[in-house]
Amino acid sequence: MIAFTVNGTEQQVEVSPDTPLLWVLRERLGLAGSKFGCGEGLCGACTVHIDGVPQRSCITPVGDVQGKQVLTIEGIPENHPVKKAWLAQEVSQCGYCQPGQIMSAVALLARKPKPSDDDIDRAMSGNLCRCGTYGRIRRAIHVASGHVARKGGPKP
Amino acid sequence: MSTTSTMSRRQFIKTSALAGGGLLLACHLCAGRRDAAAGGDTVFAPNAFLRVGTDGSVTVIVNKSEMGQGVYTSLPMLVAEELCCDWQRVRFQASPVAPEYNHTQFGPIMVTGGSSSVRSEWNRLSLAGAAAREMLISVAAQQWRIDPAACRAEKGVVHGPADRQLSFGKLAARAAKLPLPKEVRLKSGATVLLGRPLHRLDSPAKINGTALFGIDVHVPGLLTAVIERPPVFGGTVKNFDAAKALAVAGVKQVVTVDAGVAVVADGFWPAVQGREQLEIVWEEGAGAGVSTHAMREEYARLAATPGLVARRDGDAQAVLAKAARRFEVEYEVPYLAHAPMEPLNCFVDLKKDSCLIRTGSQFQTVDRNAAARVAGLKPEQVSLETTFLGGGFGRRACPGSDFVIEAVQVAKQVGQPVKVIRTRTDDMRAGYYRPMWYDRVTACLDKHGLPLAWQLRIVGQSIIAGTPFEAAMIKDGIDGTSVEGAATTPYAIPNLQVELHSPKNQVPVLWWRSVGHSHTAFVMESFLDELAHAVGQDPYQYRRRLLAKHPRTLKVLETAAKKAGWGRPLPSGHGRGIAVHESFGSFVAQVAELSVDSTGHIKVHRVVCAVDCGRIVNPDTIKAQMESGIVFGLSAALYGAITLKAGRVQQGNFDDYPLVRMSAMPQVEVHIIASNEPPGGVGEPGVPPIAPAVANALFAASGARLRSLPMTAEKITTARKKG
Repeated sequence: MIAFTVNGTEQQVEVSPDTPLLWVLRERLGLAGSKFGCGEGLCGACTVHIDGVPQRSCITPVGDVQGKQVLTIEGIPENHPVKKAWLAQEVSQCGYCQPGQIMSAVALLARKPKPSDDDIDRAMSGNLCRCGTYGRIRRAIHVASGHVARKGGPKP
Repeated sequence: MSTTSTMSRRQFIKTSALAGGGLLLACHLCAGRRDAAAGGDTVFAPNAFLRVGTDGSVTVIVNKSEMGQGVYTSLPMLVAEELCCDWQRVRFQASPVAPEYNHTQFGPIMVTGGSSSVRSEWNRLSLAGAAAREMLISVAAQQWRIDPAACRAEKGVVHGPADRQLSFGKLAARAAKLPLPKEVRLKSGATVLLGRPLHRLDSPAKINGTALFGIDVHVPGLLTAVIERPPVFGGTVKNFDAAKALAVAGVKQVVTVDAGVAVVADGFWPAVQGREQLEIVWEEGAGAGVSTHAMREEYARLAATPGLVARRDGDAQAVLAKAARRFEVEYEVPYLAHAPMEPLNCFVDLKKDSCLIRTGSQFQTVDRNAAARVAGLKPEQVSLETTFLGGGFGRRACPGSDFVIEAVQVAKQVGQPVKVIRTRTDDMRAGYYRPMWYDRVTACLDKHGLPLAWQLRIVGQSIIAGTPFEAAMIKDGIDGTSVEGAATTPYAIPNLQVELHSPKNQVPVLWWRSVGHSHTAFVMESFLDELAHAVGQDPYQYRRRLLAKHPRTLKVLETAAKKAGWGRPLPSGHGRGIAVHESFGSFVAQVAELSVDSTGHIKVHRVVCAVDCGRIVNPDTIKAQMESGIVFGLSAALYGAITLKAGRVQQGNFDDYPLVRMSAMPQVEVHIIASNEPPGGVGEPGVPPIAPAVANALFAASGARLRSLPMTAEKITTARKKG
């Protein structure tokens, strides 16, 4: 039995500890917002926060999150500045990578409320988007950083 | 999925005229099925494409797959514009598979492709909205006992004289009892929604994790399967031992299907773990002999011999034979994977006399019929529900229905709902690629330095050959998708010959975002650039001289050049390149600005894009699609290549098949040309110009002319040494 917290709710799962967290979230806990893209930590579609740090859940054995706090896209409030900026900048195209992009952006802004373009390059280059929404993601992060600054930091 | 069937001017003229005049149109679509996708509070469903609820909400039934291009917004906008409803009350719903949702031009199938959604549905959806509006107005007029002509609809309310008002919701129940109109008058005057950058209706679901993609489909008792496929194309299972796989906890069954050996488990991870334990002996067959290296040599030999003639103006051969100076070079581009972010997958719930498929398909009728054949059911016993598509780019419109057939074959042996998922490596190695192309191009110039004769020999596999579309789309041995963009060049070249060789081999090929244009634009626009430089002319002005009779092409070219500051000085080591190309009824020019470092690595700084796609629905969608096409094409231009050795695909994930990432993203500007021309496509036309624009900029920056994609640092370094 592996116990951890997901979006504030305690969960216990009976599953082989080498199972990637991604598949536990998607198949056991009904949280399908985190996506499978590569299975090797190369695309970032599966990004979640583990104790506040963005991680690739497709290569994180669920056994490693025992007792930890996991935050997924489903746990980001609707009025979060990053989500609002994503809507305002009309970032999404196919949308498949966007939960992972948003999780990386939320983590970036929590760490660095006013990121530079270089900061964005570093924090976001692990998240692939085949539709090519990078320009809008960059704009949305800058816009959200304005909101974030006014509100004193994102509260995921 | 014809990429050649651009909506003709004549077909569209009806709507263009109507937009100004409000003419009457016969309303054939009103005979369509009225119960499709009817919901609980629906009272008024006048045709297959919309329904109005008593609460005034409007649901637009969308027959196109949403794969990023925004059809769940642009198509509802077409309906809502004519319906005159409140945009805030508009919702969307994916249509089922039914004849009334078939493509208006591509034959009796439901399909999303060819950058055709808006242009092929413009008339039909406008009529659908207008018919419903007229019926709602009729009901209000009856109630008020006045002439309907004295009423008008606006934002979901019918207005009559003396400030009388009735909302669509209040009128809906009575409108449902009216006979369908025989003819319908389209609105006249200014548009209310069309041309405005409205927000996408599907964005909220896409940022909170609730958008349902095929891979997300879940039902109680669901099993998950992964398939071990032969290491080479055309290989088959000789024998296998599943004992160890079956011993893995969670693995339920191991079954064979045409595609290979499927491991069925109670989740993805045990299925993958079980698959690793399979012991399979393969019969590899002739596919084991395939290598892209050898294929390239064969293609080069073919390029030296005459092919089938796809276009002949004047007599290029005779003129070239007499020319004092000839330019002859070879261009080549590799196989490419579509690599949508969502790997292919398919959910099947097969019962004795019914089958439910839920997947992200661009080719619903074809896939449904294939499923029925495999399941031994009638097509009408199979329902296919279209989910969101995590990218399509043509891959999910497969005439062979590969990802659907394999899932139904698994389902037949399992007796429970099952979802087959491809890992990224499965997805990348299981085939269907943009063909590899090898082209030889020869030209000579007139006394002004302009092309006098131009001969292009294209060598590469036909996408259409061997598919059910062969009869309709291959004419005199020429697959139009192989030569599109070259045989259709707008440049004034008096002696032009385009020839084609279509060799066959085991590697499966498919349309890849922009299809033939993805290689012809690279060849035509790069070579033209070479000729301009060879005679010391500015490549932008050189193009202008050859486009005098093509005002739309010229206009986008001039706009892109002007907005990019063509001719203005650049920092040392930077270069600009320009390219222009027409595809799918739209005209796109791009100017790329880049620098290249001493190790041969390119950094694209800026891309300026001008597009004329005729009349527009949503300008923000057009910009987004241009941005998207540029990045998609840039990934291919800089990094993309699928290669085979001993029949084995050598790439398997994003480490060896890289895509543009945030750090490589250029600044992109898109300028839309105001136009009253018939609408063109936007999903694909942004792709073709970027590779040549970058190649031309690379030459301007470094003197290295790359005639082979992708533009790796190694090739650039070699070309510089030669340069």
